[in-house]
Amino acid sequence: MVSPALRDSADAAGMAVEIRNASQQFQLEGRPLPVLDNVSFSARPGEFIALLGPSGCGKSTLLRLLAGLDQPTGGEVLGDGRAITAPDPSRVLVFQDPTLYPWRTVRANVALGLEARGLLRTRGHRIQEAIDLVGLTGFESAYPHQLSGGMAQRVALARALVNDPRLLLLDEPLGKLDSLTRLSMQAELVRLWQRSGLTALLVTHDVEEALILAQRVLVFSPRPARITAELVVDRPYPRHRDDPHLVALRREALGLLGLAD
Amino acid sequence: MSSTTLTAAPASAGTLPGLWWGGLLAALSWGGAGLLTGLLPDEIEVGRTQELGLGAALLGAALVLAALGAPWLGRAGQKLRAAGPWLTVLGLALAVWELLTAKLALLPLPFFASPQGLLEVYLEDWPRLGESVLRSLWLLASGYALGAAAGFVAGVALGWSRAIGYWVHPVLRLIGPLPATAWLPIAFFAFPSSGSASTFLVALAAWFPVTVLTWSGVAGVNKAYYDIARTLGASPRFLVLKVAIPAALPQVFVGLFMGLGASFSVLVVAEMLGVKAGLGWYLQWAQGWAAYGNMYAALLVMAVMCSTLVTLLFKGRDRVLAWQKGTVRW
Repeated sequence: MVSPALRDSADAAGMAVEIRNASQQFQLEGRPLPVLDNVSFSARPGEFIALLGPSGCGKSTLLRLLAGLDQPTGGEVLGDGRAITAPDPSRVLVFQDPTLYPWRTVRANVALGLEARGLLRTRGHRIQEAIDLVGLTGFESAYPHQLSGGMAQRVALARALVNDPRLLLLDEPLGKLDSLTRLSMQAELVRLWQRSGLTALLVTHDVEEALILAQRVLVFSPRPARITAELVVDRPYPRHRDDPHLVALRREALGLLGLAD
Repeated sequence: MSSTTLTAAPASAGTLPGLWWGGLLAALSWGGAGLLTGLLPDEIEVGRTQELGLGAALLGAALVLAALGAPWLGRAGQKLRAAGPWLTVLGLALAVWELLTAKLALLPLPFFASPQGLLEVYLEDWPRLGESVLRSLWLLASGYALGAAAGFVAGVALGWSRAIGYWVHPVLRLIGPLPATAWLPIAFFAFPSSGSASTFLVALAAWFPVTVLTWSGVAGVNKAYYDIARTLGASPRFLVLKVAIPAALPQVFVGLFMGLGASFSVLVVAEMLGVKAGLGWYLQWAQGWAAYGNMYAALLVMAVMCSTLVTLLFKGRDRVLAWQKGTVRW
């Protein structure tokens, strides 16, 4: 199965993603522990997909495969039709913890990717643009311990965006924020994604977050993770929590997760 | 006074603003010690009594001026004010010491030197003492620099490479805990000169703690830091130099501090037994001549030297690790 998305993706801003029958297992005390079971899906360039499922079900493993940090034990993981075998700055991962380098200022943290690839001189102007984009103008020389949780996560986002990624992998990036910061960051994520045209995959266990942000929601089973359902959220942005269509989808998703009342 | 800080405010509460009462007290204590030294007759035979008395009295006079002029001294005045109680106690201690030794001869000679005896050593034997300090400093600096550099490289290699860890770890476990002084007989036999042997021993003493702590620092780096850098296109070289090493630096400084302490003790032993120079040698020499005044004088110089070096290390750490909050103050 070749998705139609793969045809025109080479020079598009977003990356086409395809996962075919991917399986992954870890060794735990000598016994195999399956975490992904025959997962297949694809994302068109520029699509926003949420991977929804209970905590610890293996969704994060899927993102690590897409980032190239791990290799699947079975199946294929493709970016723009090519197998993903190693990390690449075109595919960046934003973790639940901002994991900023505490010895670097905000500016130096954001500069990390450009510095690692020796692009500081030619692309250095992107650093300030990324900091401005996430709304941290004026905090360039602050150290991470001086930032709030929401600000730190914005820096992590800027650190990813400065590399002009084509695939943004978000591993519960708002999971540890307070609810107000979370709401405003959700809106910002949508704006960022709309402006840049990149493909975004968001792992979350928050049904509402998935429905507010994503165009498609893939519902995963508990470990080993399998895709049990796909919800298409065909609503314009910005979305509202009390939209009756979203409320209906929310009930459906909770039912799929076994949480219907 | 406009530069009054919040921390200094409670100390001066209840006194007249401006006038430094604690300073007058310190001046009284030093002036008293000066008068006592200069006017009472010496019970034992020592020189430089008049100089000591004059020096203490002059310090007392300077403190009077400082106490009256405190409002115009600015930041220096603030620091002086904080040292007030210590200055008072030091003046009293000098007076007591002077009474017990030179004036009443209550402490047995020659084991207890008088204050003017110490002053005499500094005024008359300073060329030899100064040369000893320089030689000690040179031996310490060269040995410590070699040991710390080797330890840092070894620690990073151990923490980074499994293969190096496999071979070096058992050696480190066996050799490392051995006190560097235990190598003394072999070192003086194996090295061409006692100078190079001592340098080796000082280096060895610094090497072990720096290696172990750098290693544990590198091994303990948050794995997510590497994941982040790898997804952003970092090379292995970048991971070592820009991720592993900066993340391990707080631990490295603990190792540098412990290594400095270890190298002090090896330095003194090596100078006492091998090299015929330096403060360790001076101590040994002074003891041989029963010149206890010289010994106390050298000990005091050594204490100042070691303390200054540790202070410098901590200042360096505070600069390098400015990103940390709440670091230990020295």
